[in-house]
Amino acid sequence: MGSHGIADRVAIVGMGCTKFGELWDSSLDDLIIDATSEAFTSAGIDKDAVDAYWLGTAQSGMSGITLAGPLKLEGKPVTRVENFCATGSEALRNASYAVASGAYDIAMAVGVEKVKDSGYSGLNAFPIPHDGTNRTLTAAAMFSLVAPAYAKRYGVEKAELREVLALIASKNHFNGARNPRAQFRKEVSPETVCSSAAVAGQLGVFDCAGVADGAAAAIVVRSEDAHRFCENPLYIKALSFIAGSGSGLIDPGYDYTTFPEVVASAQDAYAQAGITDPRAQIAMAEVHDCFTPTELVLMEDLGFAERGTAWKEVKAGTFALDGELPVNPDGGLKSFGHPVGASGLRMFYEAWLQLRGEAPPDRQIATDKNIALTHNLGGYPGEMVSFVGLVSTQLGGA
Amino acid sequence: MSVMRGILTFGTYLPHHRLDTSEIRNLIGSGGGRGRRTVASYDEDSTTMAVEAARRALSAADTTNTHAEPATVGDLAGPMAISRLMFATTSPAYADKTNATAIVAALSLPPTLLAFDLAGSARNGLAALVMALDSTADSLVVSSDVRSGRPGSADESGGGDGAGAFLIGDGVDIEPDRSPGDAATDEAPIAVSLGTASVSEEFMDRYRLPTQTHTSSWEERFSEGIYGRLAKACLEQVCARTRLVPTDFDHVVVTSPHPRAARCATRLGFADGSLHAPPEGIGNLGGTQPLVALADVLERCEPDARILVMNLADGADAVALQRTAEPLRDTGPSVQTQTGSGAPVSYGRYLAWRGELTPEPPRRPEPARVSAPAAARGADWKFGLVGSVDTDTGIVHLPPARVGIAGGTLDHMAPHRLASDTGTVVTFTIDRLAYSPSPPIVFAVVDFDRGGRLPVELTDVSPTDIAIGDRVQMTFRRLVTAQGVHNYFWKARPVQPTTPPASASDR
Repeated sequence: MGSHGIADRVAIVGMGCTKFGELWDSSLDDLIIDATSEAFTSAGIDKDAVDAYWLGTAQSGMSGITLAGPLKLEGKPVTRVENFCATGSEALRNASYAVASGAYDIAMAVGVEKVKDSGYSGLNAFPIPHDGTNRTLTAAAMFSLVAPAYAKRYGVEKAELREVLALIASKNHFNGARNPRAQFRKEVSPETVCSSAAVAGQLGVFDCAGVADGAAAAIVVRSEDAHRFCENPLYIKALSFIAGSGSGLIDPGYDYTTFPEVVASAQDAYAQAGITDPRAQIAMAEVHDCFTPTELVLMEDLGFAERGTAWKEVKAGTFALDGELPVNPDGGLKSFGHPVGASGLRMFYEAWLQLRGEAPPDRQIATDKNIALTHNLGGYPGEMVSFVGLVSTQLGGA
Repeated sequence: MSVMRGILTFGTYLPHHRLDTSEIRNLIGSGGGRGRRTVASYDEDSTTMAVEAARRALSAADTTNTHAEPATVGDLAGPMAISRLMFATTSPAYADKTNATAIVAALSLPPTLLAFDLAGSARNGLAALVMALDSTADSLVVSSDVRSGRPGSADESGGGDGAGAFLIGDGVDIEPDRSPGDAATDEAPIAVSLGTASVSEEFMDRYRLPTQTHTSSWEERFSEGIYGRLAKACLEQVCARTRLVPTDFDHVVVTSPHPRAARCATRLGFADGSLHAPPEGIGNLGGTQPLVALADVLERCEPDARILVMNLADGADAVALQRTAEPLRDTGPSVQTQTGSGAPVSYGRYLAWRGELTPEPPRRPEPARVSAPAAARGADWKFGLVGSVDTDTGIVHLPPARVGIAGGTLDHMAPHRLASDTGTVVTFTIDRLAYSPSPPIVFAVVDFDRGGRLPVELTDVSPTDIAIGDRVQMTFRRLVTAQGVHNYFWKARPVQPTTPPASASDR
């Protein structure tokens, strides 16, 4: 019994990602076709060369036909997966494991979401018949519980924490402004964040991720085959996924200052990849900044900062584009936007660009380190799924 | 000795919100007057208020009520089995479907009883009490009303919302044939029935088609005269049955949905000072008015006092009672305490709550209707707020679970009734985006004193008036209505202050 991972056995050899945003003129099929076409071109293959497909979409379609239909795939296995906002990562994890198992030579993971056709604000869960006793809060409200809990536990003044959260949003907007595919390409000052319209608790509109349409795709093969498709593949070092039991909702011991599912998935991923000092070893991280307090807590849960210190590290610029450990160099959910099923793969797309030196010059990070982390979560504090992935341009030890 | 039949306990519930009716004129241009009325919140209806009143009434009664958890509360020594639950209302939440069954479920009463509605007319509240007193069944009488009217009307400004519940039964000492523990109690009633009387007559006073939401009335003076005659006939009947004369009654209350009919009481020959107006500042509660008025009298009168309550609605009904020396049990805040508490609600919000105007909702999907099978399977949780406790670890699970969060054996769970627990706000938030019939949603994580944590919506609280550490209790509410299906569940609200009933000398 054990989680062994598939370090160095599978490589990403092609990727694609659409622009994210309010794409009124693009259909779900358009998004799928655009992201997969870019990935096919990137790997130098066509749709028939791919042996099996995984489609991640939270609620834009059901079954593998959602992908097989627009691509007109004939005789291909297509699996639709869903795991809340970590759906895109889950598609890649399953495709990678299929290749590692030897079942298929070439697999593709596609993530897509058409959110803006609903006409509603924010994200909305698919209505499953229920007894009417479940919470009906927005995600913003659930994550807003984190800020006062963190402030109280670590003795941070409310105003000071407000400033820290604004710095997180402002940093991600700074990065997104340098990303042609991002939903919001505009720098936003911390003052603007602080004065934005209230949504839930202490959180304003600018503390919340953008809600966007979009798609992203990746093609994976066995590592030994990788150079047949591309010169500089990304080797998968770790793929960890944890589904929480929901115990945090009913356990009086839970204090809303950490996400235990994230801690568990990070530890698992680091073990799979042999990472012992994530802050020192990782070149960059894409994390699930659905709301500003989420990113704050993630810095500690992922081991980038000691408990109770992330707020100081944020103020010190540790996670800025030119900081010690750039976090969300593509703008994150905050600025890139959050098409639920696509976001996990979008994170890998940024690692694909950055580690291979292909990011636009004005946001290209230093490449002296070769490992990138992606973190993707779904659900709420207390009841969460969490994914942590690690990729590198190099085979062998970190 | 049926003379010992009477009231074992009672409870009343007046909703938290109060409308200053002088606000009405500002908007409508006329009407309103100057006064206050009680207002059921957007998440309350006649069923939820009935539950609250009944919970209070039963809080001091040792009934065999909680099948989830043996009753440990109350100072009545022997358990009694309620065999009838009568729910009277002019404003039923459902028609065709019985509303009393939701009350049974929310009270976690065993299903072996007759629970039914007396829905429609303002006569039903006191009529149910008459029926219960005149029968031999251990009965819970609950009356609850949401009183509305056209904007600017006298019904709107003069009405009020609230509920009352009376547990009716016999003392076991006067029925020695009963085997121990088999229904009834060995405690004496707090008031015994002296007799009841009724007269009925067909005439057009107040009326509303079943498809309408607002009541109409004929010219008031027409029915005022009739009620004067009916009240006199009813009084003669009750005096004949009790072998009393009007001046024998120490406390008399005459109620009516008709705004002027009750005035006739001054001409019926009662003793000076015996006639009381119904509680003021809450509005006319319709069919519930006589029950809340009776509760108020009982809370304030002296031992052995003779009480007469009469309601004038399409006839006249009277209940004559005598207060015993039995002390009142603590069944929550008194009518006077509730009358003096509460928080204001603006007229605009009142109109929105009543559906008289429709504000722009949040740009979020409206909730889907509740699944009937899912609700039925989870009725103990949904209606009774019964979670589970892991018998291996002692950990409370809300909602109930089959597998514990900290090990333990599968299905080693016992029911854990939470409805009467108090708890503390651990953290909270205000959700300005989520769908709500009355945004924003105030939401808190609550840890309960006997264990267990529940993230739960708060109600009867201002978003600016909530803090970590606040003490809360649970209250049965209607969350939303979707596609004709009401979604009942529980919320938390600040712990209500209770003061013991005032002594007779305050009267």
